Amino acid sequence: MMVPLIEFKNIHKRFGSHVVLQNVNLKIYEGQITTIIGLSGSGKSVMLKHIIGLLQPDEGTILFRGRPLKEMSKAEIASSTHQISYMFQGNALFDSMTVYDNIALPLRETTNLSKAEIDRRVMARIGQTELNEAAHRYPSELSGGMQKRAALARALITDPRIVLFDEPTTGQDPVRKNAILSMIAQYQKKFNFTAVMVSHEIPDVYFISNRILALYDKTIVFQGTPEELSNFDHPFNDEVIRSLEGLQKELTGLYSRRQFKILHHTQMKSRKSGESFCIAVFDLADMNTVVPRIGYDKAQETIHAMGLYIDRHFGAIGGFSTRRKAREFVTVLPFSDIAETEKIMNEFVEDLQEQGIHDFRLKAQDSDPADHYVEFAIRVGIAEGKPDDDIDSVVESARSQQKEIGRLQCAVKE
Amino acid sequence: MALNEKSQNGFENNADGTTLTRPFMLIGQRVIQGIHVLGSATIFLMTALWNTFRPKQFSKVIQQIYYIGASSTTIIMLVSLFTGMVLGLQSYHALIQFGAVGGLGALVSLSLIRELGPVLTAIMITARAGSAITAEIGIQRISEQIDALQTMRIDPFRFLVSPRITASIISYPLLTAVFDFIGIIGGYITAVMLLGLNAGVYSHSILRNVDLKDLTDGFIKSIVFAVIVATVCCYQGYFVHMRTDSKGAKAVGLATTSAVVISCVLILVSDYVVTSLLMV
Repeated sequence: MMVPLIEFKNIHKRFGSHVVLQNVNLKIYEGQITTIIGLSGSGKSVMLKHIIGLLQPDEGTILFRGRPLKEMSKAEIASSTHQISYMFQGNALFDSMTVYDNIALPLRETTNLSKAEIDRRVMARIGQTELNEAAHRYPSELSGGMQKRAALARALITDPRIVLFDEPTTGQDPVRKNAILSMIAQYQKKFNFTAVMVSHEIPDVYFISNRILALYDKTIVFQGTPEELSNFDHPFNDEVIRSLEGLQKELTGLYSRRQFKILHHTQMKSRKSGESFCIAVFDLADMNTVVPRIGYDKAQETIHAMGLYIDRHFGAIGGFSTRRKAREFVTVLPFSDIAETEKIMNEFVEDLQEQGIHDFRLKAQDSDPADHYVEFAIRVGIAEGKPDDDIDSVVESARSQQKEIGRLQCAVKE
Repeated sequence: MALNEKSQNGFENNADGTTLTRPFMLIGQRVIQGIHVLGSATIFLMTALWNTFRPKQFSKVIQQIYYIGASSTTIIMLVSLFTGMVLGLQSYHALIQFGAVGGLGALVSLSLIRELGPVLTAIMITARAGSAITAEIGIQRISEQIDALQTMRIDPFRFLVSPRITASIISYPLLTAVFDFIGIIGGYITAVMLLGLNAGVYSHSILRNVDLKDLTDGFIKSIVFAVIVATVCCYQGYFVHMRTDSKGAKAVGLATTSAVVISCVLILVSDYVVTSLLMV
């Protein structure tokens, strides 16, 4: 059985008479993105601070690779925490230092690297986080989003094995929120670190998380995959998930997966068994590979535009849509059979090529003309289902029949 | 018979008993609290001094010497000039009544070198740099910048506290020397240039009465004051989050006030103690 990288066993924490964590048990596995969700003030940040050693539990045991921290020597604990980096909720940037100096600080103080090597690494991170123009400005001169990215760059500068993100998207606009989440997912794949994230961004965090931990009433009530969470029967789902989901339409204007399922279920209940409906699955194929070249913001703007375009086109004829994966959209046409859907889809493709692609190009490109462009395909597959059919199997059928309907061209980031 | 809560806790029901023991309890609590703070401040100081000798500290210490020392030079010169001038003026009118005006140079210089120089320099730096140290470290504490240092494996003592204490120990005696010198010039301006005392009498009186021990005693005091002020100011800022009277920005304000008040009181108290010891 796989040994968890970090494990909490019966952790209790109180501040004075105020109990924050009670009998918390959790497991975090290596190489995964684990997201802790819960309401504000429920103790999520306190849990992260226990992992990095900023707080000590009143009771219980924290295990690192199966070994209790209590039984480790100081040197062993230092070696364990040395692999961890932390991105604070309030950024905790040094306001008397420029962005460059903030990012360079851990390398200057904890390594013997040459000035040139530090400069190379810092400038690389500044470029990856799109902070070139802000490199020599002070944190107080930056927007909230830029400060977040500076904090992210500082957290990643030492190439840590474990990164703790305390609400990395707080205070960001919907495009920027998803850009940061996408950046975390990309970096996690690229550098293969273990990410532990505290977030409210439901369902956006589902797209990048391997595991979800649900903190409710001072304890962990759920540990599992995002798919398992949707079937979790607990007051947490009603009180927390639904209240947080209300904000999810910000990026794409589409329904959440749960709302989408409820809507589909309600529609199908009123249909006769002989009638049919159709599902279209859209995919922004190869986008993962072009994201680093076009920039995280531009990628999210494209997803945003795609969501709005699908909603505008199919919503007008009674269809409803959701974002099912990071770059996949699913639309239900409840009153159309396959022949009619093919006709609608042909119109959609024509419209997309005449008007839609142009709209995307405007969204995805900078105002200044660029010398280099990259392309990625927009693919779609359709399938017919009956009211009694399982929606997931119909989606899978549509997914297997996807074909390219257009190509989107984006300017390469300098 | 049912026991009430006080009886269960071992307190007398008798109101007189509680009234009698309460002052002793409060005194005891304050004494224990005082010993605790003194102990933790001593550990704080020792840890900071130990960290001075770790790598990558030199540039930080130089930076702090510039901030605490060099940037305070102008204000120290201004204060010392007028201190010396007013000392010369008052002493001239007092001594002339006894025909002892020839001793004016000695009076001004010994007052400055032995007492006023170290004490006023320390108080001026407390007001200018000490309060800023507390506020800066306090804000870094409440905005989680110190926690951030810990997560980056940068020792906050090495990074924040140690350079300030070391820089203070280096800067205070140098600024005291500036204070003494400019103060003596201030006395010269009043006595010689404005009131007509002979310049040779003024300088001869200084050279005849001031010896090396006076200078070393003054510098010993300034080093003691530097340790006290820097420790108090850094300590108040570093532990601002532990204050029970308030939190956040208000706590930083209160910590800054406390740092200045405690530093000034300790400067005067320690001045008496050190003077007594040096005179033995």
